[in-house]
Amino acid sequence: MIKVQGLSKAYQVAKRSSGVKQAMKALFKREYKIVEALNDISFTIEPGEIVGYIGPNGAGKSTTIKVMSGILVPDHGTCTVMGYTPWKDRVNYVKHIGVVFGQRSQLWWDVPVMDSFDLLRDIYKVPEDEYRSTLALLTETLELEEILQMPVRQLSLGQRMRCEIAASLLHSPSVLFLDEPTIGLDAVSKIAVRRFIRRINEEKGVTIILTTHDMNDIEALANRIILIGKGKLLYDGSLSAIRNRFGTGKTITVVYSHHNERLQVEGAIVESWSPERAVLSVDTSQVVISEVLIRLSEQVELLDVTIDTLPIEDMIVQLYKEHQI
Amino acid sequence: MKAYVSVFRLRLTNGMQYRTAALAGVATQFFWGFIIIMVFEAFYSGAATELPISLKQLITYVWLQQAFLAFVMLWFRDNELFQLITTGNIAYELCRPSGIYGLWFAKLLAQRLASALLRCFPILLVALFLPEPYRMPLPIDPAAFLLFLFALLFGLLMIVSLSMLMYISVFVTLSPAGSLLMFGVIGEFLAGMVIPVPLMPEWLQRIVYVLPFRWTADFPFRVYSGHITKEEALIGIGIQLVWLLVLVAVGKMAMAKALRNVVVNGG
Repeated sequence: MIKVQGLSKAYQVAKRSSGVKQAMKALFKREYKIVEALNDISFTIEPGEIVGYIGPNGAGKSTTIKVMSGILVPDHGTCTVMGYTPWKDRVNYVKHIGVVFGQRSQLWWDVPVMDSFDLLRDIYKVPEDEYRSTLALLTETLELEEILQMPVRQLSLGQRMRCEIAASLLHSPSVLFLDEPTIGLDAVSKIAVRRFIRRINEEKGVTIILTTHDMNDIEALANRIILIGKGKLLYDGSLSAIRNRFGTGKTITVVYSHHNERLQVEGAIVESWSPERAVLSVDTSQVVISEVLIRLSEQVELLDVTIDTLPIEDMIVQLYKEHQI
Repeated sequence: MKAYVSVFRLRLTNGMQYRTAALAGVATQFFWGFIIIMVFEAFYSGAATELPISLKQLITYVWLQQAFLAFVMLWFRDNELFQLITTGNIAYELCRPSGIYGLWFAKLLAQRLASALLRCFPILLVALFLPEPYRMPLPIDPAAFLLFLFALLFGLLMIVSLSMLMYISVFVTLSPAGSLLMFGVIGEFLAGMVIPVPLMPEWLQRIVYVLPFRWTADFPFRVYSGHITKEEALIGIGIQLVWLLVLVAVGKMAMAKALRNVVVNGG
């Protein structure tokens, strides 16, 4: 479906420190810095996948999305989506894709949402009956009924984002690029958006590439993640593989009746300790959890025990650390 | 094509809703019209020699200028398009399966049309019934009027294609202020919006005649008043068409080049 091979793109950025003197200098001689946004990125995505594309700010996520949607031309490398090279065959290609840029708007500011939708129908040449049924589906699943007749400028962010997503799907694309679709949304709207993304993937088999900083989005949606940092591909694989890699680390929080000595448990590291409460970290590939609990109960009178797996955020941070980004 | 019509219709119906703005516009235009006519009246009464255009024709020129201001002024701008480029929202336009040039052209055309439709009728109607010497005369004959309509229409298309160049320049400069000022001041002067072209000195007229600007304003207005004969008007409309084709071709080329190097601003 999507095949990216050796993609590279560099931006030329004018470099200037602040201050009047520097500004004067820049009038005559300007220094440029080359920023490598993408450096030899390769991956393949199969039809029907949901891929989480993650990385810190400035890693090159949005640049990749823009190259894949035909907006930017890369310096090197190839990219084929459904047999098209996006930037060469732009006009024919974009009929098959939908794009949502969470930070931008595609709806006309001062007209009702419905007018923007009708305009998109004409731009994409969607047949009327097909348009009606798609719109009905979108209206129902994204709960747009009441807001379709309102001008965009009067919508809340959450309402607008739902309309933006609907607008990107009116022409029934086979590939959907979502660039931070949940940015700035409250928990309820986020869940609604996620449920919707899941649904169109399952029912219509839409291939989805999703960038986000919200790890809950990834956890709820993506089976596979691609991690990039400073323009380089760092990890490409399933979420469960990462889980297995970092998930062997468990945290045990114990509350016990007063005990004045510092705990010493074989096979576990005591992270913090007080006369009532202790946090221990355990590597389950070295020692079995029940073993640790038995040893604990020999020393203190346990009142409460909580066992946590490393949250996915921390796993990603670990990955960042491993690659030093 | 349907997409262009759709953009056009949407902008037109939307633009027609700004009635208060139009009313204020009409008042301003009358004010300006009177002042300019008074100035020219004084100038004509003091003139020792025969002037190249009669006062009556000049008054027609002024009223048409005021009525169709939205068709002829270059500084009439769409901030949405400027913002699209400078903030990077152009990203969305770039993933549409239709040419951006056409969509923007339709949008700009509709805006000018909506603005002019709201303003021109009250101005023309009142100007036709004003007391002398301010009254605007009727066209000299139906044929001249028909030619005027065509000249005005092609002039409108020309001005939209000229202003497209201004929008495209923002891809490079990232700020509309410079292009707007240059185009606005120089273009409008050369279109005869400040001093009617027939009153310009000989050497300046020669420059004005080789540039596209006068075809958007000066030419249609003089066709109406009969200062340009019908034979000349027919040839003129032909020249307008050639200019239109050249401007659209240049605009499309410049747009394609700008889009190849486009930088989507703001992450």
